Amino acid sequence: MKNKECVAMLLAGGQGTRLKSLTRQIAKPAVYFGGKYRIIDFPLSNCTNSGIDTVGVLTQFEPLVLNDYIGIGSSWDLDREYGGVSVLPPYVQYEGGGWYSGTANAIYQNIKFLNQFEPEHVLILSGDHIYKMDYGAIFDYHKGSGADATISVIEVPWQEADRFGIMNTDGNGRITEFDEKPKEPKSNLASMGVYVFKWDVLKKYLIEDARNENSSHDFGKDIIPALLYDYKKLMAYTFEGYWKDVGTIESLWEANMDLLEKDPALNLNDYSWQILSKNPNQPPQYIAPGATVQNAQINEGCRIYGTVNRSVIFYGVHVKQGCYIKDSVIMPNVQMGKNVAIHRAIVTEGSVIEDGAVIGDPSPSAEITLVTHESCALAANYAANS
Amino acid sequence: MDRIAGIINLDHEHDVLEELTYFRCGAAVPFAGRYRMIDFILSNMTNSRIVSVALFTRRKYRSLMDHLEQGKAWDLDRTRGGLFILPPDWNDPTDISRGDLQHFHNNLDFVHRALADYILVTGSQNICNIDFQEVLAEHKEAKADVTVVYKKVDKLYPEHQLSHKLTIDDQQRVSAIHNERSEKNVYMDIFLVKKELICDMIEDCIAHGNAHFFLDAIKAKHSSLHIHAYEYKGMHALVNSIESYYRNSAKLLDADVHDQLFKQDAPILTKVKNEAPSKYLPDSHVSNTLVANGCIIDGHVENSILFRGVRIGEGAVIKDSIIMQRCDIARNTHLENVILDKDCRISEGQTLVGATQKPYVVPKRKII
Repeated sequence: MKNKECVAMLLAGGQGTRLKSLTRQIAKPAVYFGGKYRIIDFPLSNCTNSGIDTVGVLTQFEPLVLNDYIGIGSSWDLDREYGGVSVLPPYVQYEGGGWYSGTANAIYQNIKFLNQFEPEHVLILSGDHIYKMDYGAIFDYHKGSGADATISVIEVPWQEADRFGIMNTDGNGRITEFDEKPKEPKSNLASMGVYVFKWDVLKKYLIEDARNENSSHDFGKDIIPALLYDYKKLMAYTFEGYWKDVGTIESLWEANMDLLEKDPALNLNDYSWQILSKNPNQPPQYIAPGATVQNAQINEGCRIYGTVNRSVIFYGVHVKQGCYIKDSVIMPNVQMGKNVAIHRAIVTEGSVIEDGAVIGDPSPSAEITLVTHESCALAANYAANS
Repeated sequence: MDRIAGIINLDHEHDVLEELTYFRCGAAVPFAGRYRMIDFILSNMTNSRIVSVALFTRRKYRSLMDHLEQGKAWDLDRTRGGLFILPPDWNDPTDISRGDLQHFHNNLDFVHRALADYILVTGSQNICNIDFQEVLAEHKEAKADVTVVYKKVDKLYPEHQLSHKLTIDDQQRVSAIHNERSEKNVYMDIFLVKKELICDMIEDCIAHGNAHFFLDAIKAKHSSLHIHAYEYKGMHALVNSIESYYRNSAKLLDADVHDQLFKQDAPILTKVKNEAPSKYLPDSHVSNTLVANGCIIDGHVENSILFRGVRIGEGAVIKDSIIMQRCDIARNTHLENVILDKDCRISEGQTLVGATQKPYVVPKRKII
């Protein structure tokens, strides 16, 4: 078999604890976004649209939903004879093996997977961000500059730079220093968690890192600093466009609301860069007489009899008479009674909301309310006992 | 468990949907916001665990083949069985078959090879949600030779004139097949028969120079065959004219009708387009309308059906209309009783109004 020039490895094992009970039973990359998608659809679609046909998806935390969702990759055209998508959970090996102890360790434990394809370069991605990116462009930049590694960076506002891993560069875009969450940032170029490495270089550093008992086996904390220490050529590739870390309830809510702008920075209706996802096979949505739907994004299988304003609604949701939904995200198959009022909330998949329930706080400074199966059950218990 | 193989015979379906069938056959006409006519019968087959389906087609099948691909959307991309699209390919110089018997004769291999005990033959114009396993169960219980499926309609419409009608006795046995205008038992162009019997019937028809399988092998022989009638009780729409297309589309806006056609446990499947969810801008007003994905709506839409990827500009008013895939309707337009085929563009300020019973039909890719 011909070797693959570039293989992508998508880190999808994270728990995403800051998403609270949203990720209690699913991995963060499986979290829903935008009325139709899961976060992982973005990096997977970017791969397909960029012409990358071999993707390893590293799973660890609660992989059931992800396994089922990815399947053989047909939704992203990644069901291929040679290459395609492979889900890679940790496995037992003759000499040990074990849980992925860090991002670098996850790749280290899959050196055998990568060796099958004898790639020249490896693209490392994370399943935590919403963005449309042509990986072909960073790849060309990487090859053209002859770098050992290229890190995709994005300019962030200076006042927020202390929340990111910051790359300090010289005039030619060569990375001179890496600061993880610096108190006094010297640059506002934040790492996006997208790396391209020469595979032979990366492999060597992964093996050395694995021998180091003091290492946390993390790309940002260990591998990148080790490469810099050895004066390897690390280049920064500046990405321009929409990129959002949806690691918290607030940022996930905000990213959903961003879509409702008249000309959103993230255009999901761009036929040249479609975001692909698994199809739920639902009939068209129905907007009933008397319903009011304004400033909303709604998916198939929904039926709207009430009012929806500035909200994102996933498939299979029935908004009955008298319901009022404002500034909220309603995930798939939520069952809602009549006369429900929801403000500034994220309601998770399959939640059951009783008639007349009032959820969330309309004040613009209020925290975003998260409604889950568990919170619905609690509310029902409370109502029964009071 | 007995297995069924399906044959969808499009040979007798005339392409009479005016502008909508200029370049495509009736089975490929878009319907209900995100589907094509053929999706309904194909999905019924898939939902009834039919894994081998042959499609007899003669004319204007480019669009149909583009839609069906390898049958993946209906789970018909199989290593054994699957979807067989069979346009005419008659190469046997000794072949004396005529009419739709050419299809049956030249594709006998499909019938022989199908991993099935029964063959189900259908058309594509009867929209319904039916479980063919139930049809088979009744067929076996009645010990019938052939089972035909019918709908007892409440009211006869012009489209039913073209259908065969059934006279049925109290044992649900068919005593006559005819075209009487007042008969409400409308044959749905669906019959089930044992594999060995259909093979005999095909050979017999050809030997006698017949040209129409249903008329010659079933209708003409109804007294010597035991023909059982299966009554389908769900939502039914026969679409064989612009008028029936328009009226039956509007019926889907009724929640009860909609629920009978789109069932959670028997979904209607179609080709995936990966459109984003539909977007309603702050000044939009939408009422009593079916909206497929990928639409961006900035105007006023009521009593209508929007297919995937439609754009409705600011101040546009759309009433009682069907707007097909990726039409672009500019600002301050007024459309009423209109059917727009795919990829039409209506420029700013235009007004198009059709008659209530007779919609104004705009062919594909037209710019107005």
